[in-house]
Amino acid sequence: MWKFIVRRLIITMPQLIVLSLVVFILASMMPGDALTGQIDPNISPEAIEQQRERLGLNNPWYIQYGDWVTGVAQGDFGQSYRFKMPVTDLMWDRMVNTFWLSLISVFFIYALGIPMGIISGRWNDKLIDQLITGYTYLGFATPLFIFALVTLWVFGFQFGWFPTGGSVASGLEPGSIEYILSKIHHLLLPGLSIALIGLVGTVQYLRSEIVDTKQKDFIITARAKGAPEQRIYNRHIFRNSVLPIAAFFGYEITMLITGSIFVEQIYSYPGMGALFIESILLRDYAVVTALVLLFGLAAILGALLSDIILSIVDPRIRIK
Amino acid sequence: MSKTLLEIKNLTTSFRIGEEYYAAVDDVSLNLQENEVLAIVGESGSGKSATAFSLMGLHNRAKIEGEILFKGRDIANLPTSKMNKIRGNEISMIFQDPLTALNPLMEIGKQIGEVLLLHKKDMSKQERRDYSIELLERVGLPRPERVVDQFPHELSGGMRQRVIIAIAIANKPELLIADEPTTALDVTIQAQILDLMRELKDDLNSGVILITHDLGVVAEMADRVAVMYAGQIVEIADVESLFVNPQHPYTRSLLSSVPATDFAQDRLHVIQGIVPSLKNLPREGCRFKERIPWIEDTAHEEDPQLHEISENHYVRCTCYQHFYFPEESKEEQTNGVTES
Repeated sequence: MWKFIVRRLIITMPQLIVLSLVVFILASMMPGDALTGQIDPNISPEAIEQQRERLGLNNPWYIQYGDWVTGVAQGDFGQSYRFKMPVTDLMWDRMVNTFWLSLISVFFIYALGIPMGIISGRWNDKLIDQLITGYTYLGFATPLFIFALVTLWVFGFQFGWFPTGGSVASGLEPGSIEYILSKIHHLLLPGLSIALIGLVGTVQYLRSEIVDTKQKDFIITARAKGAPEQRIYNRHIFRNSVLPIAAFFGYEITMLITGSIFVEQIYSYPGMGALFIESILLRDYAVVTALVLLFGLAAILGALLSDIILSIVDPRIRIK
Repeated sequence: MSKTLLEIKNLTTSFRIGEEYYAAVDDVSLNLQENEVLAIVGESGSGKSATAFSLMGLHNRAKIEGEILFKGRDIANLPTSKMNKIRGNEISMIFQDPLTALNPLMEIGKQIGEVLLLHKKDMSKQERRDYSIELLERVGLPRPERVVDQFPHELSGGMRQRVIIAIAIANKPELLIADEPTTALDVTIQAQILDLMRELKDDLNSGVILITHDLGVVAEMADRVAVMYAGQIVEIADVESLFVNPQHPYTRSLLSSVPATDFAQDRLHVIQGIVPSLKNLPREGCRFKERIPWIEDTAHEEDPQLHEISENHYVRCTCYQHFYFPEESKEEQTNGVTES
């Protein structure tokens, strides 16, 4: 088990190196550099050239890459042009916000999706299953950003049950009960919107796996042992059906972190996704580079997490 | 005289296709004594597995009529909660394909332990584990204390079938139903598994219903044989009379379809056609009629019944008296019967 995890961790190393290279090359291909447009146009080209030399911008690319990677490894992503502050400081709050949004979305996806999938699979082709399956088709067909707009309009503006922007009400003491409640209140609507659309894949996967598994021979074996139906579902069918969901868990998280971009924008939720869009529009390259690197990192870690979870639930995967 | 363990009276198992019910097992009556091995043979689709599944109450949406008297108690259509007390306990089953019959995500020990957990509530976890190891040893698995913590994919087909047998005998069942227990195994392993089953049967003094289409297995194991065709029993006899003196055209066709090792036969007999599907079963007259078209219609009974032609030897329909293989001429046929 541990051998497998260590081996899997070693495999991520070259992935990380390739990712950082790609991000660096993309960044250096973008027009302009740290000095373009930041300086008084009246300064002589010689002075600029002097600065370039001093900042290492005339070095060969591999030395620049080395400098950049060293900085990144120490948590230094450079300066944001727009906010005039270190990217790391800028991202930290946003990351925390996105983390909570993703967490609450994942929570709702599994808290709602797994029971729906189980019900749908267990009573397949009954009315309840047809209702759930019908919902999943609708969910597949609905783009998340449209759905988010509609929920925002209905529950945010029409009914006024939820705040329509921000991550917390202003004027509250951080750490107080009201502050936490306000945070949760701000998270609920975007979280639910993401979950209600995001869960359809989980529901359909689980349903078809359960329908498949319940006809397997080992289920007949379990019945022949005299196991009651509830036990058959809990011990035999569910565990075997949940494998693809477990395998998908890591990717799900990645998708949430990177995929909440539109939702964060729509709800004016100050997360990484909203920051990403703003930074692209304002050509805040240092921030864009840092975010692309982080999203890539999230994808690699998500895959790693998926593999580890799968190896825990499925003994056949474990590498000797 | 041994006691009657199981008495099946007029068992009919029907499945719904569209709006109508079709009987896959049609009016089957059988009985089984303690420590007796009854083989049920027939082609695929003849209803032999459906009969076994009816006994275990494993059919999901089937209509079961008739009586299944197990130790005098009717267990047909027993509610699942009551049936669950019997299954895996007093009646247990060995399955055809050991590669798929075990849960791939559960340790062997837990899969054996489950049947103990369900029926022997007072056993502790440690006792279940110890007894599982004992059972694995009993069914001839090497290093049982290692196997108990392994997963099915780590074992070979023959070993897995031994595990399934261990599960089946865990609660010392009085009736063991083996549904093609050796079909998926290598020939060398088949013999070992059959030896093991016979040994266990004698140990436990239990009755065995052996479902198979392998006549070699029948000759090896069975005391009595019931031949099924299209949901009905067409012939039932002691194993010796059936092999020495087969009567029903279907039985004779089956027996002559088996390759002999003495090369005396240069061509194997092939039964014409296929077993009709459930929906297209002929419900009137002799069901085997279509597959022996060279026999005159008058040879068949209108409503074929089982006839006792000698002690404990029953044959359905009168066509057996007129049957001959198309390869032989009609005259040869009469000699053929008297010879055997």
